[in-house]
Amino acid sequence: MDEAKLKQARHFIEAIPHAHALGMRLDAIGGGAAELSMDWREDLVGDPRTGVIHGGAVSALLDTCCGAAVMSHPEAPAGTATIDLRIDYMRAATPRQRITARAEVYHITRTVAFLRATAHDEEAGLPVASATGAFTVERPKGGAQ
Amino acid sequence: MSRPKPEPVHLVKGRRDAALRALVSGVPYIRFLGISFDRRGDELTAVLPYDDKLIGNPFIPAIHGGVTAAFLEVSAIMELSWTLLWEDMEAGRIDLSAADPVLPRLPKTIDFTVDYLRSGLPRDAYARARVNRSGRRYASVHVEAWQDNRAKLFAQATGHFLMPDREE
Repeated sequence: MDEAKLKQARHFIEAIPHAHALGMRLDAIGGGAAELSMDWREDLVGDPRTGVIHGGAVSALLDTCCGAAVMSHPEAPAGTATIDLRIDYMRAATPRQRITARAEVYHITRTVAFLRATAHDEEAGLPVASATGAFTVERPKGGAQ
Repeated sequence: MSRPKPEPVHLVKGRRDAALRALVSGVPYIRFLGISFDRRGDELTAVLPYDDKLIGNPFIPAIHGGVTAAFLEVSAIMELSWTLLWEDMEAGRIDLSAADPVLPRLPKTIDFTVDYLRSGLPRDAYARARVNRSGRRYASVHVEAWQDNRAKLFAQATGHFLMPDREE
C-alpha cells in the first residue's frame, strides 16, 4: 500500500475525537476496504465479572472501520454517514487482547454503500463479531449528480 | 381489618436508587461514556451529556455513530437488567447495604441493529428502552434516542439478548 496515503488517512482517523478517545489505529486502507484496531482497556469493560470489553466499544470500532472503507472507495465519496448497522456478537472478546476490525464495501451505488465487517481478537478463527451496514454516499457539492 | 402500614417513601426510593447505582457503577464503560440514569418509579431514562470526545465528525460536528450505537446498547442492557432485578429488589431479597451487593449477572447481546435517523447534534442525548419480550433464555428489546425533541428520534435500535443463568 502507498505509505503516504496510509499516513494521510491515519491523520484523518486520528482527528476524529471519539476514535482518538478509544485509541483506534488505522492499520490498512484502500479500494473500499479498511482495517482498524484498538487495545483492550480497563475503562472499556462492559461486564466487570468477566473483564470482557463492552459491545458498544466494538460497535464504535466497526462503525469507524466501515466509514473509513467507504471513504477509501475508488468512487471517492466526499463524505459518509451510517444509515444502519447490524452487529452479531458471536463470542466474548478475550480480555486484554487487541481487537481488529476489517470492513469492505461489497456494493456501492450513487447514493448508498453496502458493507460487511468483522472484528477479531488475537485468536484466529471465529470472529468476536460481524456486522453489515448501509452508509450514505455524499457527493461533492457542484459535482455531477 | 387493618391494612399493613405502607413502607415510608424514603425507604422505597433509597432502596431503588441504591440498586440502580450498584447496577450502573459496576460497568466501567458506562462511566467512560459519561452515561447516567434518571429514574421515575420503574421507568429509566438514560442520559448522555455532551462531551467533545463523543464527536465522530468534527466538521459538522456530529456525535460518532459508534457512540450512538453504544449509548443505545447500554440503555437496552440496563433496562433489561433493571427489569430482571426489580422483583427481587422490591421483595428485599437483595442485600443493598453490602459494600459490593450481589446482583444478577448481566444479559449478553446476541445481535443489535441500529437505525440512524438524523445526525447526533453536539448536545445531551436521552434514551428509553422497552422490553418487548423477555423469556427464560432470550429477550428482545427496543430502544429510542432523542435530543431536544422527544418526538424527533435521532436513532433507534432493536437487540436480542441472552438471559443470564438464574443463580440458585
